[in-house]
Amino acid sequence: MAEILLQHGLLVACGLFVIGLIGVLVRRNLLFQLLSIEIMLNAAGMAFVIAGARWGEADGQVMFIFILVMAAAEVAVGLALLLRVSRGVSNLDGDAVSAMRG
Amino acid sequence: MNFLFYFSSAIALLAAALAISRRNVFHALLYLVVSLLAVAAIFMSLAAAFAAVLEIIIYAGAIMVLFIFVVMMLNLGKRSTEEEAGLLKPMMWAGPGFLALALLFELTIVALRGGGAVTGGPGVGPKEVALSLFGPYLIGVELASFLLLAGLVGAFYLGSQARPSEEEK
Repeated sequence: MAEILLQHGLLVACGLFVIGLIGVLVRRNLLFQLLSIEIMLNAAGMAFVIAGARWGEADGQVMFIFILVMAAAEVAVGLALLLRVSRGVSNLDGDAVSAMRG
Repeated sequence: MNFLFYFSSAIALLAAALAISRRNVFHALLYLVVSLLAVAAIFMSLAAAFAAVLEIIIYAGAIMVLFIFVVMMLNLGKRSTEEEAGLLKPMMWAGPGFLALALLFELTIVALRGGGAVTGGPGVGPKEVALSLFGPYLIGVELASFLLLAGLVGAFYLGSQARPSEEEK
């Protein structure tokens, strides 16, 4: 097992999170935004696993499993919504679906 | 083993950065798979084997397959790629990118001010995770199953509404 500093692990998780955040903010394609949200969730789970490894507790990996479940549910609903949006909008632009009709 | 952590961290960050900057969706998905596999390697280096295996099976396997199915169903052509290229001018991404990097700077300072605690030790095996998951966290498992059921029903409902109108085309 690696004897790494906790900070270094958390820094990698922060870096991944910020990369995902940049993706959500910069890209206007809904598919890329969903993809970036996956990166962000993955980074959050990674922070839990690293902290769990630091204290030798199983809780970190348990939380990682919960995040995994949430990511799976989120991506299923998100992609179904995307398929629905793709009927009306030709290019999956997030700005093109800013108006909703109840 | 120390080398494994830093090497796979570099790959994970690089692949994630490449994934969000591609114009073609398939290229982005391939880079994302590499990034997820690198994160699994990080988990292995931390002796969190169960998390590493779940990362590969569910993230790099199931979720990525879902993405690829949707990309195939959408059938995005060359036109979409060109439109995406038009949206990726420096003027568009410089502002949000700068703000997000400022956030990274702030997080770096906060992380480096903490004590130099070392991770590692014997590692956490699947047995401990399972005992914890089905012991104190049992209610969480039940709630996760509710969430998955809600996601299934929601995705089915949204998908079933999309179908008839596609036949109209």
